[in-house]
Amino acid sequence: MSWLPTAIKACYFLAALLFILGLKRMSSPRTARGGIVWAGYGMLLAVAATLFLPGMHNRGLILAAVLIGVAAAWWSGRRVAMTAMPQMVALYNGMGGGAAAAIGAVELIGYAGATIVLLDGGRFTAGAEAPGAAQLALAVLGALIGAVSFSGSLIAFAKLQGWLDRRFVFAGQRAVNMLVLAAAVLCGIVLACGHLSVPLVVLFFALALAFGLMMTLPIGGADMPVVISLYNAFTGLAVAFEGFVLQNEAMIIAGTVVGAAGTLLTQLMAKAMNRSIGNVLFGSFGAAAGGAAQEIGGSQKPIEASDAAVMMAYAERVVIVPGYGMAVAQAQHKVWEFARLLMERGVKVKFAIHPVAGRMPGHMNVLLAEAGVPYDLIADMDDINPEFPTTDVALVIGANDVVNPLAKTDPASPIYGMPILDVAAAKQVIVVKRGKGTGFAGIENALFYADNARMLYGDGQAAAGELVAALKTLDG
Amino acid sequence: MIDGFLALYIFMLAAFTGYEIIARVPVILHTPLMSGSNFIHGIVLVGAMIALGHAQTPVEIAIGFLGVLLGAGNAAGGYVVTERMLEMFKSSKPGAGKGTH
Repeated sequence: MSWLPTAIKACYFLAALLFILGLKRMSSPRTARGGIVWAGYGMLLAVAATLFLPGMHNRGLILAAVLIGVAAAWWSGRRVAMTAMPQMVALYNGMGGGAAAAIGAVELIGYAGATIVLLDGGRFTAGAEAPGAAQLALAVLGALIGAVSFSGSLIAFAKLQGWLDRRFVFAGQRAVNMLVLAAAVLCGIVLACGHLSVPLVVLFFALALAFGLMMTLPIGGADMPVVISLYNAFTGLAVAFEGFVLQNEAMIIAGTVVGAAGTLLTQLMAKAMNRSIGNVLFGSFGAAAGGAAQEIGGSQKPIEASDAAVMMAYAERVVIVPGYGMAVAQAQHKVWEFARLLMERGVKVKFAIHPVAGRMPGHMNVLLAEAGVPYDLIADMDDINPEFPTTDVALVIGANDVVNPLAKTDPASPIYGMPILDVAAAKQVIVVKRGKGTGFAGIENALFYADNARMLYGDGQAAAGELVAALKTLDG
Repeated sequence: MIDGFLALYIFMLAAFTGYEIIARVPVILHTPLMSGSNFIHGIVLVGAMIALGHAQTPVEIAIGFLGVLLGAGNAAGGYVVTERMLEMFKSSKPGAGKGTH
């Protein structure tokens, strides 16, 4: 059976290759669909090969756990609505972090057992190896990052799912968080120095999990895309470190690639919001919105759906700006139907998407693609902003912070400096909004009080339905 | 056995690979790509299987079992969600440009 280890290594090599090629294909729209399939074959190959590793015990348990986990995730992933994708990614990412932490825990507890036996009887138990210094340190580091990613991602999931809708902010929170992190790191250092004991391992994990919770709780929903992406990169790193501990090349390569790609993606997102990653994590978004904020004059002026429909039916150019509200209301199909009716009347319609609209970058693109909106009607922020002054009507559906002019005019605003879609420059703005409340960031929006803005109150789906109906009666 | 420096080389090259692949990606693919990379670190399942395979005490076995469960969830869930997102991109492809005239 001497060929078996070589065959397994070859499978891991092929898996790593398929992951990289798959990710490469996923970065271009034309080949993206095939990319995930390639990566999927890589995963199947790696998992199947692992089952044949020599010296493995508990094969029945392994198979049972794999089957249960796959079945549960497959079922939930198939069922979930497209609009809930961001929190599902957060959830699955948290699972990966948890798995990395579990590997670290098993290794550390195993080492601890071996060390105790060593001290008692002067010998190791059969099969237990003395861990090298680097191996021990990376097991600890991977476990720390994995545990933080696990509990942090679960909080992100709960927030996006709407189970946790307020931020938990208290005085001195940052100091307390830093203290918890410092304690976890200290525990980790003691462990990595070889002073292994089970109670210390337990304390270490408790502190790491607590830090993940406490770090994520004060972060507002508007920042969740950046946070999920960051935890995605974290999990990748944790996987790479645990891969080194287990001497598994596929894990090292796949984990590192994801860690690097995820870090870059996080930077791109933070840049789109004009904020640093540190500011997102520790800035307690919204806390700075003190008394110095500009007064907003005027009032919100409502409009009826029929009037809004007429206004757009006789416009030359209409730009539709979707936001998270459209996702919540599942309004993308109705909105596209409305846009098609407008186009049949000869109106030039475009969709404008802010890089961080929704809860993940590209979230809106995914939803519009689901509804069947062709690519060429969808414009990025940089392309569409110069066109707003020549736009007759900008229709804002469920977007708020990404169209708030205060980001340009009010230095006291917490979103000051964030690039926005310049809808206020359009001749008329119609805002579809559920109520008079503030957006996810909890900031007043000066756009809603502007002279050229009209408010169409209602749920996105209902409002879009009314607009469609109004257009149809117009045609008789 | 991978020695320390070999591991560092792997780490460095893989990090550059990940960075380069993402560097020129269009915004529309950010969400699927985040989801796709989320799937790829589902390889943690392999590690969890190895950990459970070498677990000896009941506590180790319990934690290892949990790890395999979570890892399997990461891999399967990540795949399904990514595939569903990218499927829509495919279906909208032949329709591109249809709506403009």
